[in-house]
Amino acid sequence: MSKLGDLGAKLYRGEVGYDFVGKRKIWYGISILITITAIVGLAVRGLNMGIEFEGGAVFNTPKTSVSVSKADEIAEEASGHDAIVQKLGNDTLRIQIAGVDTDKSDRIKAELAKELDINADDINADLVGPSWGEQIANKAWQGLAIFMILVVIYLAIAFEWRMAVAALIALIHDITITVGVYALVGFEVTPGTVIGLLTILGYSLYDTVVVFDSLKEQSKDLAKQTRFTYSEVANRSINSTLVRSINTTVVALLPVAGLLFIGGGFLGAGMLNDISLSLFVGLAAGAYSSIFIATPLVADLKETEPQMKALKKRVLAKRRAAAAKGESAEAATEPVGDDPQDDDSEDAAPAVVGPRSGPRSQPTRNRGRGRPSGKRR
Amino acid sequence: MDRENEKVAAPKKGRKQAAQGKPGRTLVLIMIALVALTGGMFLSGHTTPRLGIDLAGGTSITLEAKNEPGQKNAINQTNLNTAVDIINNRVNGLGVSEAEVQTQGDRNIIVNIPKGTNAKQAREQVGTTAQLYFRPVLAQQPSTGAGEKPTPKPTDSGKDKSGDKSKDKSGDGSEDKSKDGDKSKESDKTKEEATSPSATPTTQGRSVTEGLKADAKDDPAKDKKDDGKKDPSPTPSGDPTAQLQEQFAKLDCTDKKARAKVKTGVKATDPVVACGENKNGWDKFILGPSEVNGKEVDDAKAVYDTQGAAGWKVTMNFSKKGTKQFADITGKLASKQPPQNEFGIVMDGEVVSAPYVSQALTTGDAEISGSFSQDEAKDLANILSYGALPLTFKEQSVTTVSAALGGEQLRAGMIAGAIGLALVIIYLVAYYRGLALIAIASLFVSAALTYTIMTLLGPTIKFALNLPAVCGAIVAIGITADSFIVYFERIRDEVREGRTLRPAVERAWPRARRTILVSDFVSFLAAAVLFIVTVGKVQGFAFTLGLTTLLDVVVVFFFTKPLMTIMARKKFFASGGKWSGLDPKRLGAKPPLRRARSTGPAAPVDSTPKEA
Repeated sequence: MSKLGDLGAKLYRGEVGYDFVGKRKIWYGISILITITAIVGLAVRGLNMGIEFEGGAVFNTPKTSVSVSKADEIAEEASGHDAIVQKLGNDTLRIQIAGVDTDKSDRIKAELAKELDINADDINADLVGPSWGEQIANKAWQGLAIFMILVVIYLAIAFEWRMAVAALIALIHDITITVGVYALVGFEVTPGTVIGLLTILGYSLYDTVVVFDSLKEQSKDLAKQTRFTYSEVANRSINSTLVRSINTTVVALLPVAGLLFIGGGFLGAGMLNDISLSLFVGLAAGAYSSIFIATPLVADLKETEPQMKALKKRVLAKRRAAAAKGESAEAATEPVGDDPQDDDSEDAAPAVVGPRSGPRSQPTRNRGRGRPSGKRR
Repeated sequence: MDRENEKVAAPKKGRKQAAQGKPGRTLVLIMIALVALTGGMFLSGHTTPRLGIDLAGGTSITLEAKNEPGQKNAINQTNLNTAVDIINNRVNGLGVSEAEVQTQGDRNIIVNIPKGTNAKQAREQVGTTAQLYFRPVLAQQPSTGAGEKPTPKPTDSGKDKSGDKSKDKSGDGSEDKSKDGDKSKESDKTKEEATSPSATPTTQGRSVTEGLKADAKDDPAKDKKDDGKKDPSPTPSGDPTAQLQEQFAKLDCTDKKARAKVKTGVKATDPVVACGENKNGWDKFILGPSEVNGKEVDDAKAVYDTQGAAGWKVTMNFSKKGTKQFADITGKLASKQPPQNEFGIVMDGEVVSAPYVSQALTTGDAEISGSFSQDEAKDLANILSYGALPLTFKEQSVTTVSAALGGEQLRAGMIAGAIGLALVIIYLVAYYRGLALIAIASLFVSAALTYTIMTLLGPTIKFALNLPAVCGAIVAIGITADSFIVYFERIRDEVREGRTLRPAVERAWPRARRTILVSDFVSFLAAAVLFIVTVGKVQGFAFTLGLTTLLDVVVVFFFTKPLMTIMARKKFFASGGKWSGLDPKRLGAKPPLRRARSTGPAAPVDSTPKEA
């Protein structure tokens, strides 16, 4: 912990940090790749829609010794449709029959009870008409659209439109990835999945908003100085909230992992499992996107602004001037000023190299770079 | 008060003092609130949240309203609410206790039937549309289970069989189809009637509205007498088939099952047997084909008759088509002998009223009088005006959960929640050490508030904890804990700046507060949109998420912050002990000397945003 605390302190002060913004092209590339994979997966494989979306019946029997194949036979005989029978962890059977209407499923249920020699009242039945899932899905899309519009308006007011756009892109990115994972792995999509997916909305943005909040705070008087470009400040915001982001993600994932474990281990398939699975995927994507996608995007958008362009020019010019004055030995590192990730030699841990030391202390004082002590502000 | 003045005089200092002076009071306040909620919980007699069907076991039916052809905008809140009332009456009329009927979204009705009741029967009742017909009464008889002779007329086997067959058919649940068929037939018929010259209404003003008397309800003695005369074979003129007669003779309306049975598979165009409740018990009827569809009643009101001294009566008003049809039927009935001068107002196969007709009513205004109580009159008026809904409902999903599985899911949810909470606590302790105490205390306050409020919402707004809601609560652990993390990280940042704890706590708060509010708002927005827009299970989830997000704000503002302020005064935290989680050395805080030196050059730029 003390190491983490130390790291937190260093991150906070900008002594160490990862140049998220500088290397954004790599991460954009990765994200685009993942997104394309997801879309292709979705287009090629499609989603494995659960019975709730197609109409049909799902029966859960109590503990039984009947074998899967036997149950399959009984179910198909009773229904006249193909049946999918799974044996769950606790010796209960889950029987899915697509395409039966609610009236017929009653008869199937009675038949099953008779054949499996269990009380009909002990069979759990979930009978779904074909348009119910559609209604749920439609409403979910509707909710998604309304939420996106509202949240963009809100973020545009609370922060600025660039952040709103970046947050929206990150959000769409998260949802695409989650849906893509579902398509590729072939997990069944149920109303529970939809719930999980919709929760990601709040969560993904929640994380992003915290980084933006820090960015807004740190970039307040940016135009009045010539030391840092917007991208650098943005990068610093990410790094200084990194500990919090990690903690938040861990803390959010822990209960979800608990749900997933319980949902999977105790009940086999079920609502708990469905929700937590999509949440798990979505949360991970959300944490990734708020750090690697949303904030760098804001920086990109922001630096197209004339004011920020001018600032960047000023900052770079100043650095060049400072470098010219400096010793010739140090001059070699000068380009690093705006491309700080080359500063690798400084720290053993590659992920937390000290890029900040470059732009920070070198232009001002041109001192040796392995000495964090002098770099504080 | 002093503090308020101070604030005005010296804003900055005043605020600081106020913030540090208040925490005790705020803590007491939230504790009082918590105790009050807990007290309320015990007073209300509900110490556990109401459980949804998926956790408690039972059947949950989701119905979706469908527009009937020709009526595009019939699906509205008023119609849905009326449908809820009617379905509620129907389901609870079966003796299903605590069945719950509510609207959901803009076109759905959810019917929750707790375990231990006949779900199948209930479903049959729920799945059909309320249908209201005016049928001429062909025969009527009080039906008292005890006093009844089982089969006054022996029948041959052939008849028996056909009777069985018809019963089988009616049990089949093929109502939908038959209804559709009826509709077309009916409309045909009404067309015929509309064109037939005999049905031309005479416009005589409103003088003849006094023509109806609701006799069956009021004078059972007389009825019995009448019935006695024609008991064995109801008057032939009605021409009920022998099959119906037999059914009629066998029918025991005091038996709930029998009543449910006669209601099923009824066709509007066929004569039927039916039951009707009166003040003294049940009557049974043989009714002719429907003459007027209840839809043709434009409006019905319960009116207190101040002039005629007739007490409460029901006035109704027919549509143009209905007026013709009604004129027709009343004209026919008026000339007949009791009880064949009566018509039954039949809703969902049950006779709700059987007034007799004394003269043809041709104006489209009619009045049913009798010794109604106010409630009876209002009920009847409601049935007449809304009985036949313009909505058809389709079963969208039927979920049956056995009590065993419900219990298991509840247990799994609890365990998952406990594991999640434990993991979060372990992580917090490992990372924040002493600070975790505050986080854990806050989490528990939050949990207690959530629990009591959920419990209290059970009886007040019928909130039921279902599985998605449990998931929402578990997921919310993360959101709640995150608020503490934001605040703690801010405090630590301040400590890293070299501040001592007390100012650090106060300085960190305004910024942490803003972050917490902004991010919670986004989360709440998501929950609110989902709650309003979506249906079904998604809604339960959104509700808990929204509730816990709100509570998170309450807890952070009124519990965590004051507690932090108080704790900052304690030696354990203030001295930055190793286990406090605020050890400046461990946090890598700058020693004051170096800080002074290093802040020098960069101060104008770099420290401004930080201190802003």
